[in-house]
Amino acid sequence: MATITQSELTNQAELGELSQPVIRVEDVHKYYDLGENRVHALRGASVEIAGGEFVAIMGASGSGKSTFMNLLGCLDKPSSGRYLLEGTDVSQLDKKALAAIRNRKLGFVFQGFNLLARTTALENVELPTLYARLPKEERQQRAKEALELVGLGERMEHFPSQLSGGQQQRVAIARALVNRPSILLADEPTGNLDSRTSVEIMQIFQTLNESGLTIVLVTHEPDIARFAKRTIVFRDGKIRRDEPVKDRPRAAEMLKTMPTVEED
Amino acid sequence: MDLLSILRIAIRALSRNKMRSALTMLGIIIGVGAVIAMVGVGQGASKQVQDQISAMGSNMLFVSSGTVNRGGLRLGWGQTKTLVYDDMKAIVQQAPAVKEAAPGSQTTSQVVFGADNWFTNIQGTEPQYFDIRSWPLQEGVSFTESDVNSAADVAVIGATVQQNLFGAEDPVGQTVRISNLPFKVVGVLTAKGQSAAMGQDQDDVIFVPITTLQKKLTGEPWLRYIVVSAVSKDATYAAQEEITSILRDRHRIRSGQDDDFMVRNLADVAQLADQSSRVMTMLLASIAGVSLIVGGIGIMNIMLVSVTERTREIGVRMAIGATEEDVQHQFLIEAVVLSLMGGAAGIFFGIGSSLIISKLLGWAVLVSPLAIVAAVIFSAGVGVFFGFYPARKAARLDPIEALRFE
Repeated sequence: MATITQSELTNQAELGELSQPVIRVEDVHKYYDLGENRVHALRGASVEIAGGEFVAIMGASGSGKSTFMNLLGCLDKPSSGRYLLEGTDVSQLDKKALAAIRNRKLGFVFQGFNLLARTTALENVELPTLYARLPKEERQQRAKEALELVGLGERMEHFPSQLSGGQQQRVAIARALVNRPSILLADEPTGNLDSRTSVEIMQIFQTLNESGLTIVLVTHEPDIARFAKRTIVFRDGKIRRDEPVKDRPRAAEMLKTMPTVEED
Repeated sequence: MDLLSILRIAIRALSRNKMRSALTMLGIIIGVGAVIAMVGVGQGASKQVQDQISAMGSNMLFVSSGTVNRGGLRLGWGQTKTLVYDDMKAIVQQAPAVKEAAPGSQTTSQVVFGADNWFTNIQGTEPQYFDIRSWPLQEGVSFTESDVNSAADVAVIGATVQQNLFGAEDPVGQTVRISNLPFKVVGVLTAKGQSAAMGQDQDDVIFVPITTLQKKLTGEPWLRYIVVSAVSKDATYAAQEEITSILRDRHRIRSGQDDDFMVRNLADVAQLADQSSRVMTMLLASIAGVSLIVGGIGIMNIMLVSVTERTREIGVRMAIGATEEDVQHQFLIEAVVLSLMGGAAGIFFGIGSSLIISKLLGWAVLVSPLAIVAAVIFSAGVGVFFGFYPARKAARLDPIEALRFE
């Protein structure tokens, strides 16, 4: 299982403890014009996320949570309002600058893992460092470290097709961490996994968060949201609830009580 | 992203669909191969023409008697009676660019040997004629200067005449009758084939001393033509000018009056023939080029399919920090790798088919390095041109849509 001892992340922990929030969203609206209809996906959302937080975003489909996540991930721009990432207003940046932010400041984990087929785990993890134009030795060094961080040091040369779902998701997490981002964004990371593997992934998230990484997670499963420190609930394009999680379970403890499915 | 990494990614992406990549490449292979083979055939033909022209005597000039304008009636070339033997002597003596010259006159006649007869061209000249035209004998000897002086009844026959009158028999020493006069055959010329410029059979001819022709066959004291060889290939134009001025002077042509003779430079003929074979090469190459374009369209087609198939991959790459340029370069390089690999294979295919064409059809085929370099550059260009649109399409994808793509 994953053993997380990442010293680099403490840097981000220190960064996170600064008074400035890592994410600051001010009255953000997003609408799409579909022919004559204007669809309002977000109708004024404001939120601040400090460094070192672990936030779960919840809501039914169509509630605006995915749109919000895309904005946080700099994949989309708000129609109005401001989004400050580490103090920089990213709503004004061009596509190239946004790509650089996605590359260096954000790490993405998706529901469907989205690994490149017929490409080894190591090469998959290396990919973001290629776009960061790091020298070759450093690329490989970082990719190896990231894979060891998620407990896959033994399977670096495996192809995605040779890995279980949980292992694939851990490769994806390693890929998200390889450029040492300040924020990890996860969109339904456990959606394709069974319940024990889901908890295993949440254990990794909790450990990463404890070492200082800011994590924002989108999920519609309340059981998964419980592992975060704070939940934000969207409905009809607005934030309806924003509260800290009470009785937060420890994923590592919970795993001990769960029946062990045969590990591959 | 550095070029090496992009190249590695491109080659991996292509090797994922080996069959598809190979088939796509086939279009370029055939295109490039066809261009190289066709240019090879064209240039081979061009060289053949050049060789034939230099076989005619590469430094040769041809002076023929001119037209007559008598009271408005204009007759064709070769009708004036002003070109004479002394003109030839003057050309050799006075023109420094001229090496040798030989007089010529001609008639046509029925030639009889035994029971066979043949209608052919009778040319009268001097022994140096064969030298000027670089036309060696395959058998026997040429008539000599003393034969010319004595107007001897001797003849040198062309290969076509030999075949038609003698067949397998040895003609040297035999006697043929030209206009009922007996001539002794002293030599047989090597076959020269069709003339490159006019396409007529140059071997269908009998040569006799100029004096014999003038006195015994035609009764014309003037010359129809003079063949001249210049001291070098570059001197042919100088020789042309010198001959013109000497003859105008000798024929007392005042300035402003037309020449009563014509000087033709074979370098001009060579240039003309060269030009026409160049046009043929271009034509063949452009037809082959069309297949290269068709191959390019194949690449575009497959790249478009590939972009659609890999929409999710493109979305992921963008999400983890690939810029539009990164994505565009990736697909562009993939198309270029595809076409360059096709181009490389096409070179071998082109050289191979050139060799087969030259073996099978007996054509001269000349594979030029220039055509190979051009083919490589052109195939890379095809990759860029036809890869651009699919790559642009990939780069323009919205990452959110791409990630959602099933």
